[in-house]
Order: sequence, then C-alpha cells, then structure tokens
Amino acid sequence: MIENIDMALVNWSRGQFALVAFYHWLFIPLTLGMTYIIAYAQTIHVRTGDKEWERIAKFWAKLFGINFAIGVGTGIILGLEFGTNWANYSWISGDIFGAPLAAEGILAFFLESTFVAVMFFGWGKVSKKFHLMSVYLVAFGASLSALWILVANAWMNYPVGMVFNLENARHEMVDFWTVLFSPYAINKFLHTITSGFVISSFFIVAVSSWYVLKGRNLLLAKRSIVVAATFGLISSIFLATTGDGSAYWVAQKQPAKLAAMEGLYQGEEGAGLVAIGMLRPGKEIGDGQNAFLFKIEIPKLLSVLGYRNADAFVPGAEDLVLGNAEQNIMSAEEKIRRGKMALTALAEYKEAIALDDETTAQEARAVFEENYYYMGYGHMFDPDGIIPNVPFIFYSFRIMVILGFAFIALFLLILYLTVVNKLEENRWLLWVSIFSLPLAFLASMAGWIVAEVGRQPWTIQGLLPTMMSTSNINANAVILTFIMFAVLLTILVLAEYKIMVTAIKHGPDKQKKGGENV
Amino acid sequence: MFDSLTHLQLQQYWWFIMSVVASTLVFLLFVQGGQTLIGTLGKTDDERTMVINSIGRKWEFTFTTLVVFAAGMFASFPLFYATTFGGAYYAWKIFLICFVLQAISFEFRRKQGNLLGQKTYEGFLYVNGFLGVFLLGAAVATFFTGSEFYRSEYNLSYWQTSLHGLEILFNPQNLALGLALLFLARTLGALYILNNVNSEVIQARARRQVGLNAIVFLVFFLYFVIRVLLMEGYAYDPATKEVFLEPYKYLHNYLEMPVALILFLAGVVLVLYGIGITWFKESRKGIWFTGPGTFLTVLSLFFVLGYNNTCFYPSSFDLQSSLTIENASSSRYTLTAMTYISLFVPVVATYIFFTWRAIDRNKIDDQDMKGGEHHIY
Repeated sequence: MIENIDMALVNWSRGQFALVAFYHWLFIPLTLGMTYIIAYAQTIHVRTGDKEWERIAKFWAKLFGINFAIGVGTGIILGLEFGTNWANYSWISGDIFGAPLAAEGILAFFLESTFVAVMFFGWGKVSKKFHLMSVYLVAFGASLSALWILVANAWMNYPVGMVFNLENARHEMVDFWTVLFSPYAINKFLHTITSGFVISSFFIVAVSSWYVLKGRNLLLAKRSIVVAATFGLISSIFLATTGDGSAYWVAQKQPAKLAAMEGLYQGEEGAGLVAIGMLRPGKEIGDGQNAFLFKIEIPKLLSVLGYRNADAFVPGAEDLVLGNAEQNIMSAEEKIRRGKMALTALAEYKEAIALDDETTAQEARAVFEENYYYMGYGHMFDPDGIIPNVPFIFYSFRIMVILGFAFIALFLLILYLTVVNKLEENRWLLWVSIFSLPLAFLASMAGWIVAEVGRQPWTIQGLLPTMMSTSNINANAVILTFIMFAVLLTILVLAEYKIMVTAIKHGPDKQKKGGENV
Repeated sequence: MFDSLTHLQLQQYWWFIMSVVASTLVFLLFVQGGQTLIGTLGKTDDERTMVINSIGRKWEFTFTTLVVFAAGMFASFPLFYATTFGGAYYAWKIFLICFVLQAISFEFRRKQGNLLGQKTYEGFLYVNGFLGVFLLGAAVATFFTGSEFYRSEYNLSYWQTSLHGLEILFNPQNLALGLALLFLARTLGALYILNNVNSEVIQARARRQVGLNAIVFLVFFLYFVIRVLLMEGYAYDPATKEVFLEPYKYLHNYLEMPVALILFLAGVVLVLYGIGITWFKESRKGIWFTGPGTFLTVLSLFFVLGYNNTCFYPSSFDLQSSLTIENASSSRYTLTAMTYISLFVPVVATYIFFTWRAIDRNKIDDQDMKGGEHHIY
C-alpha cells in the first residue's frame, strides 16, 4: 500500500502526539474528578445552608476554572491530530474510530460546555438547585466524554465489531454495541477515569495540606481533606481492582504488551509476578542471557492475574517472536509470511476487479480472508519488531503499580489521623501529601506509557502498524510543528501553573482589585 | 427505524447534518468577530471588560461547535478528514494554534500572576479572531476552488504541493471568502455586543462598526458568490461516478434545487434586514435577523456544494481524485448508527437555548462587572 516508510516521520509524528497528550493529561484528570468533589460540597451547602461549604465549593470551582480552559484547548489539537498527522489511520479506521469521537462531541462536549457556563456565570442568576444540577451535569459530561474517547482508544488495543472491506481497503464497523461495550473498553474507561479521581483527590488534599501547614483556612482545608481523601481512598481501591481487570485483558488480547510489562522473555507455566527487579541492559531476544540482574517474584501470581489459573502458560517475548509449537504459538516470521499473502491477495483482488475478472477476484478474496487476521504483520520486516520497548514498559508499569498501592495506604493514614484529630501534629504527613500530587501524575503518565508504548508497533493491535498510519507528508513538517507546539504549550502550561499557584496562595476569599471576584 | 435508508440517503442526511453544524458555526463566529473589536468598542479598561465578558461567556459554544463539526466530518466523511487535515497541513496547524490561544485567553487574561500580561492575552484573542476566522474561510473556499491532491487506489491521499495548505493563499477567490468571513464575523460580533451590553457608549460604537464591517463584508462576499455562480464546477456522473468540469455548475445547482435558492435569498434578505434596522432604525435586535440569515445563507452554500452530484472537496490536480459525499463517506452501517446519535441534536439545541436564556436574562453592564458573585473574565 505504501512503498517507502520514513521512520523519522513516524517517530516525530508519535512524538508530537505524545507531547500534546502529555500536556492534555496534566489538566484532564482534574476536570474529571474535581467536579464531583465540588458538587458534593455544594450539595451539603444547598441542603444545610452552611456558608462554609459554599465557600469550599466556590474555591475549588475557581481552581477548576483555571484548569478547564487549557484542557479544552489541548484537546482540540489531539482531536485534529488524527487527521493532520495520522491521515492514513483516519481513513483506514475512521469508519469505526470517528463515530465515538462524534458521539463525544454531540453528547458530552455540549453538555459540559453549556453547564460549565452556568456553573461559572450562574451564581445569583439561576436558582441554587439549578446551579447545583449544572455542576453535576458538568461532572457527568466530563465522565461521558472520557467514556467515548476511551472506547475509541480501547478499540485500537482490542479491535472488535468490524470487518475489512476489500473494495475500499479499510475497516468498517458492523456492530456498534460490540465496540461500545467491549470488555476492554469498559475496563479501560473505569480504570482511567478513577485514575483521574485519584489525581483530583491528591490535588485537593495537597492544597489543603499546605493551608493546614500555614495555619490558614483551617475549616475549609480540613473539610476538603476529609471529602477528598474519602473520594481518593474509594477511587484508589477501585483503581487497583480495575488495574487487575486491565492486566487480565492485556493478557488475553496483547500478549506482547504483557511480556514487556513483566520483562518475560521465556514463557512459563505458573509464571510469577516480578514485584521488584532490574533488567539486564542490552538483553536481546534469543541471546540466552537471563533477562534480570535480580528480581523478587511472587510465585504464580502472573498466571493467576492474566488467566485466572495458577498453572496457566504465560508466553514470553521469545515465544511470540520465535514461536512455540508446544503451546501452539505461531512465530512472528510465519505471521509476517501470512500477512504478506493477505496484502498480495488484496492487491490481486483489486486488480481483478478493475479487469472485471470475477473468478480471479473470488480466489484472491478467499486467500485474503484466510490470512486477514495477520494482515498487519505483512507490513513488518523484522520479527523482533513485534515486541515493544521492554525496559520502558517494565519500569513504567512498576512505578504505576507501586505508587498506586502506596496511595491507598496514604489516603487511609490521612483519613485515620483526621478522624482522631491528629493531622496537624503530623506535619511530615502533610508534606508527604503535597509531594504526592506530582507522584500521582507520574503514576498516571506511567500508566499511559504502559498502555500506548506497550501497544507498539501497532496503532490497531495486529492489524495496522504505526508506521503505516501517518499522513503522507515530509518529516520536516512534523518536526517544525512539533517545535511550535512544544514552545507554545510549555509557555501556556507555565502561565497556567503560575496563575494556579497565585490563586492558591491568595486563598478562597474575594480579591480586592485587578482580578476576578470569586 | 433508519435501517431501511439507502447508503446514498444516509450520505445526504449526514451532509445535511454537517451543513447545519457548519452554518451554526459561522453564526457563532460572532465571538471571534467580537474579539477583533475589543479595542475598538472598549476604550477604557472597564469597557473592554464588558465587551470581553459579553462574548467570553459564549466562546465555548463556538469552540464546541467547531470540534463537533470536525468530529462529525471524521465520523461521516473520514476520507475528507484524512485528505484535508493531512494535506493542507500547515494551514490547519496554524488554525489550531489560533484556537488554543483563544481557549486560555479569556480565563487567564486578568488573573493575578498571569505571567504574560493582560495585553498579551488580548493579543491572542485578536490573533484568533483575525487569523483563525480568515484561515477557516479561505480553507472552506477550497471546497469550491479545489486543492492539489492525488487519491490512490487504496484511497490514501497525497498532497501535490510542498506548501501543504499555504497555497490556498494564492487564489483570489479563497482570499475573498476568508476576508468575507472575517468581516461577517466582525459584523455579527458588533451586532451581538450591541444587543448584549447595556452601555450607551459601547452601543454607539458597535452600531457604527456594524455599518462599516457590513460594507466590506458585502464587497468580498459578492465577489466570491458571483465568481462561484459563474465558475466551472466539479460535477460527477451519478452512474459511472466519473468526475468532469461543468460550466456554471453551482448556478445550475441553485436552479435545480429551488430549496437551496430560497434559503439563499431568504438568508441574504435577513442578513441585510438585520444590518438595515441597526443602521437606520437604531434597533438593538439586528442580531436576531442577521444571525439566522447567516445560518440560512451558509446552509444553502453547503447544499450546492455537496448535493446534486457535486464534488464537495475537488482535486484540481486530478479530477478523478475529487471527493464526493458518496466516495468519502463512512459505511452504511456507521452512518446508520450515527444517525441514531444525531437524534440528540435537537435535545442539545433545546438545553443550550434554555440555559442561554437563563444566563442572558440580565444583560452585561457596569454593575454586573463590579458586583455579583459570579466568575468574571
């Protein structure tokens, strides 16, 4: 289909998407979670008339507002980048991938943007109940938006509900519900949105902890800590259970990603889970070296997590590349061979159709359909290339999981000390809470690395390699725009950060002049 | 319910939906137009704040409508999405930057500790208002004038000029639509602010701007429309799908589709009426005529662009590579599924209408900017 692959184009296109996605994800988690906490505080205010809860709601809503706009701004770049930088992908899979994006726009974005206007500008203009309902609708809109985009993302990892149309040479949707309710999608949605809740909780706990340390706004800070830490605790426990679900579906559908997550080169029955370990630098597939310099392993746990069976066989990178006849795993070389047969058959089919040669066309179609499942491999030339970057995924995965469990403990401790009224005495814990905010972002970014870098070399798992998905442009165009976005977004993020810090230092009360009122 | 529709009917339906969204978007560009009038309408800081808060409370609707237009085109006509964004690369990237700048500017402008200073953010609003709108108009003009791309047998598109979108600036007709859209947005912005802000000083200046900008708009718009009606258009044979150039194609489309012609004439009359009552009768209600008039006019232009066997995204490099609602669309199944989702559009429009009314019950004035409890830009 495409003759020349320019790896600079592919890598810079990936880089550009990663750059914008990274910045986008600095803001989105706060949008996802803070609204629920604001809505909760405001609900108590509406029910009890307690002014302090209103002050709490308004203060967090102010910080939410600073964060919201830049999340929207970075989002539009990502949406259009599918077209500008991944034009081939947009055509080949747009029939399935475009629908959730459009649904997101029609069903979620309008909900969010309409009621966020009421949330900001409606104080004193609409009734308290309508205002409160608007806050809930913003929260719901944000969650709904996350659902649609994560359904689209999950489909790239676990493509379902579609067939390949030979006439158009693209994938076409045949079952919307299968795409929407794919177990991979449901799990991805739940896991990702709760990670946003955890980050939001840390944001509120961190800012409030700083107030407690400074002895300012104590009532607001302590109430906020209780609400956010409770929300954070529930979310982080849920995060761990959905994380388990994620691992299960990765094991089922993306064995190469799982192998990279575990640094597993040689598959085994009853595989253990590496709790901590250090990979041997320079380890290559089939070089016979031990993959680890050292590791501490929990026996059989990987088999249990991946297959719900303590003795299940978990394939390693070498089984996937070299094949394992015993376990009925086909080698990458054989998949590439079959993939090339599918691509050749596709070309023959199109040629035969053009010549009105129905018999040849049917023969070609049969060969294509037999080998369709391996079509993506037909574009590959290096069998080792089917395994993503092992160290990057392995360490990212550990950072995410270890921090995730630490967060559960931290939220528990914060809540306990708050209940026994000893939080202020434990100043170290307040500092730990503050430094946990960047760690929460780190854990979440690490999770995205596992998910996205772990999917490589595919944009659509097994069907479309990343290198085939770019736009047909010069790498220099992508480099130039990469630099433009890098400079622009960095400046805007610094500006946002400074406004946020100033607003936090200033606190919840009205400003006298030159600024906004609440 | 929609399962009995043919693929072509669904393609026509989705072209209709996208036309409605595009027409709404053009009307909502009054936000961008208003942004280019901040300094003209507001001479003091307080006046500027009133102007900015008037349009600032609506920016997200314009932005969201833009996003929905893009996402809707992705879902319904993915080959168009891939071809234009991947091809006219630089034009769209600059366009994107204009909109990112807008997204943060309202919020950051007067915040304490805003790093870049109030003037910079107001500058960003100008960039978005001028360049963003102009580029959008010029890019949409290529729907008539064509672009240089080649579509392979696998439907992958290859842009044939290394300018990647900047070449649209070298065609006078593209420039004319870019400028027409810019001055239309400014006219709409002035009309909207005239209606929305309770300040006699600002209203007097806005009224003056309506007249000035409307004249410039009409000059460029007439040039563009006359050229469109007289030009050769990209038509295709519905049976063989073969693309060919047809003299007076768009004129023919208007004559062969009386609905489009009626929409166009009604739209133009409404646009002029809104401007007229603002200018001659000192009315503040012009936006209620010029706004819907804009919507109808743009709708009619999209009808002649996509219907009646017309290529809505023509290739001037290779006629047969041109995109039509038939060859650029999603599968019948996807369009059907999307059609169910489109049933929510009236629901969305209804809640937007009622929330706007709730917020806009009180117009923006001095007191509003000083007192009150709500968020102020």
